[in-house]
Amino acid sequence: MNPTRRRRLIFVGLLVLAAAIAATLIALALQRNVNYLYTPTDVLKGDAGRHARFRLGGMVATGSFKRAQGSMEAHFVVDDGDARLPVVYTGILPDLFREKQAVIASGSMKDGVFVADQVLAKHDENYMPKEVADKMAEAHRKHAVPGQPPAGSN
Amino acid sequence: MPGELGHYALLLALVVACLQTVLPLLGAQRGHRDWMAIARPAAYAQLALVGFAFAVLTWAFVVQDRSFSYVAENSNSLLPLVYRYTAVWGAHEGSLLLWLFVLALWTAAVATFSRRLPQPVIARVLGVLGAVSIGFLALLVFTSSPFDRLLPAVQEGRDLNPLLQDPGMVIHPPVLYCGYVGFAVPFAFAVAALLDGHVDARWLRWTRPWTNVAWGFLTLGIALGSIWAYYELGWGGWWFWDPVENASFMPWLAGAALLHSQAVTEKRGSFAAWTLLLAIAVFSLSLLGTFLVRSGAITSVHAFAADPTRGVFILAYLGVVIGGSLLLYALRAPGTTSNARPFTFASRETLLLANNLLLAAACAMVLIGTLYPMFADALNLGKISVGPPYFSLLFVLLMAPLVLLLPFGPLTRWQQEQPNRIVAMLLPWAALAVIAAAIAWWLAPQGKLRTTLGIFAAAWLFAGTLRFVWSRFKANGKRFTAEMLGMTLAHLGIAVFVSGAMLADALVEQREVALSPGQSLQLHGEQYRFDGVSDHDGANYRANTGTITVLRGGNIVTTLHPEKRHYASGGQVMTEAAIHGGVFRDRYVALGEPLGGGSWAVRVHSKPMVRFIWSGALLMALGAFIAATDRRFRRKEDSA
Repeated sequence: MNPTRRRRLIFVGLLVLAAAIAATLIALALQRNVNYLYTPTDVLKGDAGRHARFRLGGMVATGSFKRAQGSMEAHFVVDDGDARLPVVYTGILPDLFREKQAVIASGSMKDGVFVADQVLAKHDENYMPKEVADKMAEAHRKHAVPGQPPAGSN
Repeated sequence: MPGELGHYALLLALVVACLQTVLPLLGAQRGHRDWMAIARPAAYAQLALVGFAFAVLTWAFVVQDRSFSYVAENSNSLLPLVYRYTAVWGAHEGSLLLWLFVLALWTAAVATFSRRLPQPVIARVLGVLGAVSIGFLALLVFTSSPFDRLLPAVQEGRDLNPLLQDPGMVIHPPVLYCGYVGFAVPFAFAVAALLDGHVDARWLRWTRPWTNVAWGFLTLGIALGSIWAYYELGWGGWWFWDPVENASFMPWLAGAALLHSQAVTEKRGSFAAWTLLLAIAVFSLSLLGTFLVRSGAITSVHAFAADPTRGVFILAYLGVVIGGSLLLYALRAPGTTSNARPFTFASRETLLLANNLLLAAACAMVLIGTLYPMFADALNLGKISVGPPYFSLLFVLLMAPLVLLLPFGPLTRWQQEQPNRIVAMLLPWAALAVIAAAIAWWLAPQGKLRTTLGIFAAAWLFAGTLRFVWSRFKANGKRFTAEMLGMTLAHLGIAVFVSGAMLADALVEQREVALSPGQSLQLHGEQYRFDGVSDHDGANYRANTGTITVLRGGNIVTTLHPEKRHYASGGQVMTEAAIHGGVFRDRYVALGEPLGGGSWAVRVHSKPMVRFIWSGALLMALGAFIAATDRRFRRKEDSA
């Protein structure tokens, strides 16, 4: 084997090695940091049980929002048309958080309550996160609920 | 009537763009000088037509001609004048028009500053730019015309998204687009070189300033977006690994790789095929970025509407541009010749190769993380999102070797180097960085690991880069060129950026509490006193304005007025954070929501070094612009 060829071989070998390490790292990191989105129905069915942390999507149920005066602890119920799940969150809620609007909360289940450490709301009056809209459309179809406004018409 | 004129101008521009593409490309292939000569006038004609259409739309916003549905959807009579200008690119149609306008500007600039190039080259370059323009014109004319009428006109329009009613948003999109679109020039050059079958150092010397300027604009655009998110979203963060941020970050990473590989190819002839591939990749990522944001394919705070016909059109366009150029690359690259000179393992070429591999790997990592949720959804693997920890962890892992190797690059000779010479040069400075890091470990009250790593990286980059400057000045008779000055500034910019990014997150102090008027909280040895909330009226909103007095040892430092704005139309609510900034530390206050009985939720951050993040980006952009002015790039061409 002449020196040029050997150098090329070493070079290609290193490249393959680097690519393999990078691919492994990416796969590992992805596995750990992927958050699944579930609706209250999924959670109550036990689908979310496999994951310690996940995202919960749905509508904030009418009349469910409660917060003691002067307290940062907010309680509300997330509803997907089929099932309801109580949520507790301590902190400042996003500007567009309101009842009867879509939210996505990240956190984990504790004693039948979803403890959220982050709450995201839709960002204008017509927009619903596409993933929540898809999930809720399923629930609505099953119960023949009149359709929601289409996602993202703005 | 002028509205229809705007539409006709776009149609006419489409015809001109077709001429600009077909005739010069064919002419260059067959050697017809007359056909090639069409390219320049066509580029100017297109600028005039697209500029006219842009002016018409702007005028419709300024005079509030609500018979245009686009104007009625995105503005109303209460909107302040400056935001009427920016409302032009506030949604899908107008932002496409802005993109096209910027492309027309770049194309005209290429036509103007290319007198020294051989005619077939410039004909091909302008032809390819024309082809890019055809796609955007067709998209605008056939699926998303901003000139569609709404008859009868409505009495009052809706509103520009309040998130976009901000001075930062006035300049962020145009600057970002200058970056995205600017990469069309190296792309056009790569395609031209593939058509010609030869990579010439002269052409590369001519393309490099364009790549530099485009990358500089992209850097500025991303930094402006980050500043905007910092004070407008009210969360106090400066980077969220949001899909839209990632969309602009991918071409930035690939663009940084392109800057370096172009330098190698121009000076040494090596990596020619790789440089061509990178040029294609950077522009493809720019297109992908534009459309990811604009197509609604990903869920994000910035994403606009999803419309299936547009989606298909956009996908087809991406397929033609990216697939076509990659096909051309596959067919022609193996036969493309260049004058590559050999190099050994210990050489600057190898270091720049490592730079390119790391930047490309980081770019691939971001791409995978951004697109994975889309693919998982399509394959029914569940609705997922990829969390910021994935990106931060892998990004730091990939950038650490880059930071370690960076100071070696400029000091190492091309072709062959004695590694001992460089190690001896840099050893004292590495020791200095280690000492600085040790002191940081000892002093840091929290986030010790991050602080230490940040200080080490910043000190190492700073000292290593200055070592290069010193060795240049010591060597008599060697000029310090604009290219070197630009590189030095950009590398110092990385040092500044790294110190800011690592320390701001490690040393931040933050609290979110409920405060009644008169109550206060302690943060970073200072007292933040909440003096209650009053109402006031803005142009198109009502605001709850809070008053927070910052005291240190009983003396007033400053008074901050964070706001909660309720916009008149649509009933949207926006948080306006109040920031008292210094070079080394920001005091950041945002109002949450009323909690009854006059008390409010209040978010207070004490953020050290946060301005270093954007100052670093500014230095990088400045470096790129200065390097572009190097005399070498403008030299009369005599030899290759």
